[in-house]
Amino acid sequence: MNEKLIIRKGSLGKLFEQMQKSGKLIYAPVNKDDKAEFDVLNDFNNYREDYIQTVQSIKSVVFPRHEAILKYRKDHSDVKLDDIDLSSGPETVLFGVHPCDAAGFDVLHAVFTGEYNDKFFVERMKKVTVISMSCSKCDDFCFCTSVGLAPDSGKGSDILLTKLSSGDYLADVISEKGKAIIDSAKELFEETNSEQLAANTKLIADVPVKFDLDKVNNKLGTAFESPVWLAHSMRCLGCGACAFVCPTCSCFDIQDEGNSTCGSRVKCWDSCGFSNFTLHASKHNPRDEQSQRWRQRVLHKFSYQPEQLKIYGCVGCGRCSRACPVDMNLQEHLTAVNNEQ
Amino acid sequence: MTNIYKPYLMKIESVVEEAPEVRTFRLSFTDKEEGGKFNFKTGQFGEYSVLGEGESTFCIASSPTRKDYIECTFRSTGRVTKALASMDEGDVIGFRGPYGNIFPIHEWKGKNLLFIAGGIALPPMRSVIWNCLDLRDDYKDITIVYGAKTVGDLVYKNELKEWEERPDVKLVTTVDPGGETPDWKGEVGFVPTVLSKVAPSSADTIAIVCGPPVMIKFTFPVLEKLGFKDENIYTTLENRMKCGFGLCGRCNVGKLYVCKDGPVFTRAELKHLPEEY
Amino acid sequence: MEELKKKARELLEAKTVTMVIGYEEGTAGIARPAFIMDPSKAEKLIFDKRCNHNLALYLSKKEVKRAGKIAIVAPMPVMKSVIVLASENQVTENNLVVLGISADEKLVEFENFSAVEKYITEHPESYRAKDKELLDRIDKMNPQERWEFWQKELSKCIKCYACRGACPMCYCGTCTVDCNQPQWISVPSHEIGNLEWHLMRAMHLAGRCINCGQCADSCPLDLPVNILTLKISEDVLKNFNYKAGTSLQQDYVMSTYNPNDKENFIG
Repeated sequence: MNEKLIIRKGSLGKLFEQMQKSGKLIYAPVNKDDKAEFDVLNDFNNYREDYIQTVQSIKSVVFPRHEAILKYRKDHSDVKLDDIDLSSGPETVLFGVHPCDAAGFDVLHAVFTGEYNDKFFVERMKKVTVISMSCSKCDDFCFCTSVGLAPDSGKGSDILLTKLSSGDYLADVISEKGKAIIDSAKELFEETNSEQLAANTKLIADVPVKFDLDKVNNKLGTAFESPVWLAHSMRCLGCGACAFVCPTCSCFDIQDEGNSTCGSRVKCWDSCGFSNFTLHASKHNPRDEQSQRWRQRVLHKFSYQPEQLKIYGCVGCGRCSRACPVDMNLQEHLTAVNNEQ
Repeated sequence: MTNIYKPYLMKIESVVEEAPEVRTFRLSFTDKEEGGKFNFKTGQFGEYSVLGEGESTFCIASSPTRKDYIECTFRSTGRVTKALASMDEGDVIGFRGPYGNIFPIHEWKGKNLLFIAGGIALPPMRSVIWNCLDLRDDYKDITIVYGAKTVGDLVYKNELKEWEERPDVKLVTTVDPGGETPDWKGEVGFVPTVLSKVAPSSADTIAIVCGPPVMIKFTFPVLEKLGFKDENIYTTLENRMKCGFGLCGRCNVGKLYVCKDGPVFTRAELKHLPEEY
Repeated sequence: MEELKKKARELLEAKTVTMVIGYEEGTAGIARPAFIMDPSKAEKLIFDKRCNHNLALYLSKKEVKRAGKIAIVAPMPVMKSVIVLASENQVTENNLVVLGISADEKLVEFENFSAVEKYITEHPESYRAKDKELLDRIDKMNPQERWEFWQKELSKCIKCYACRGACPMCYCGTCTVDCNQPQWISVPSHEIGNLEWHLMRAMHLAGRCINCGQCADSCPLDLPVNILTLKISEDVLKNFNYKAGTSLQQDYVMSTYNPNDKENFIG
């Protein structure tokens, strides 16, 4: 694996057409009122390559906002359960996602597989091929380099495209799925050699490191009672904006919808920031205050997940900080934790 | 691929009204083949549901030594438990499980066992009590201290009688001051107070405590005074749950999930966890 | 905003208040709410066109209630929200110093809530330009077109409840959406669930919304949800001659009977 090929600048559109012709459903960043957002791409002219970040992540392709996990039919005491069949879902390509979003799938994979395998995630992920595009731009909200990633990281990608100074793209073929795409459009890809690569500059953004991740992880281990949580969360609204735009947040609720004869059990997005997330039926709430809920968010991503799942629950995409109505900025808070005596 | 969210369909074989708003269901698998393969260990729990209303978390209150059925006991508090409470013999409900870790009863072989429970927290204990009683020769002295607010609130009244009549079990029941009836023959006093009075020896003894948070809070110091080491005191934690197997991210206490790494914890383990429960 | 900083510092030094809620410089050139408790930190307070959050939402938070008597930096929308909260018995003038900010960004000090009420009446405001524009566009639509417009917009909603979080009037301890006995509003963010949520919220805000627009400003997807509540406040004015935030004595319009209420819906 990790074959490096070149695809000419005019050929991206042809690659898209080839994938479309073979029946693939393609998601890519497109223009939505001047902002970049992921949507189904039907016409390559709508593809927006030049963007720093979309508002929402593309995790909904494998972890939808809401989905039925089973259906039921009742007739007095006779109950029948119907399974959900995902086999007819289309083969999907995520085109032009940034490396942070691709790496986000690795985190979801760590959560949804293991001792218990969530078939809804697994079967959807099987049908997804990730063709990411290295970032040539970034802004103050980006911090992938602070969480062990990079604007040209191949983690979670099947093919990583990187724009070159010539205007063409370097294609890093990372997985079997990636190879299958290449094989289906062989004529669009050329071999490359080290001289060629040396002659061309990769257009990769310079993302400054904002904090020392190991130090953060260490500090968080003893920061449970720190006053920094209250100090930083006074303005938090307790909404779910950060969790829902995040590519790695995976907390969910299970709700039954229906009536006494038929209905479904639905899995839907939830957020640890909501006040009723941990509310007991007895009305006791272990996380009664917003500062405790904010602490949970940070500790979960930067302390518990790395310890239990061996992966950090954050890819540094900056969406949470951009979407937050009151500027709860993760970088700022982690730096404050690091600076705490 | 298996759908981990799909419940077994269980038929309610019997309904027992233990106390006001507290019921015990005896459940059998509608699919006998699934029932035959089903196994669990004491301490584990499940997600019980009424299709259309939702799921609720209770322990499996019967012992794994008793085959062909499982039992659960619950108080009707919220939407799902109220819907469950309206169900009758013959109705079908959902059950997902078994989830969670277990009481390591094999490690307790040859020791004395002290069970302490309060109110509606007897159900998780009942499973482990019966499990140990069914393997009686594996253990030395077995003492049960159980209390509730009033005589009416005591659950498993028939089994309490059974345990009382057994010569190989020492049972002490108590009700809160003011909760006794004229013909009440047991103790009167809060569980921690009665425990102090009974003063069981901590030598070679494992203590298992389940109860409302306030009871646990006052019971732990009594056990400490009696000389119990933290590694030998077991309890179960409760937190709001949805999936039951560590995916939905809701029930964690610090870095551990109550559903996956618990619900059984020793006091020693609890001391390393923040009080997020 | 030197006079504001000076006043805030004075109030904190004299221990007249334990906290001043205002605005401070945030990341990448945006402003954000600030909670100043140390007089020396009063320097951080700012006020300019970027300061739009409706700070009155914090008056219902337990962390703020615990602080006792506090001061709040109050541009017009915050002033109006304070009046509504006062009329709903959620704040008292014993516990709240209102540091008004005029339209030309000057500090306005108030003796009491009546003075705030008077100031509001003397300084009527018009709609924000972008709201007026969208409102005009929708007014030209027929009912079917309006229904389709809202269905399209609200289907995008992800039920993050930032709109609820940003609203000073959404202070219910248990929100209707969190009630499951019965489950009034579906939890998942499907079309029905979203419509139910936004229509219910608009109804709960009838006669209470002062049109600060923060529900829409806080929406990560820029959904124009404030137009729903704005439209209803226009209907409330037309039918009941009632404008939220203009009087301390207001009763909740939807539950107050007035013999003059029009009954033209009765055949």
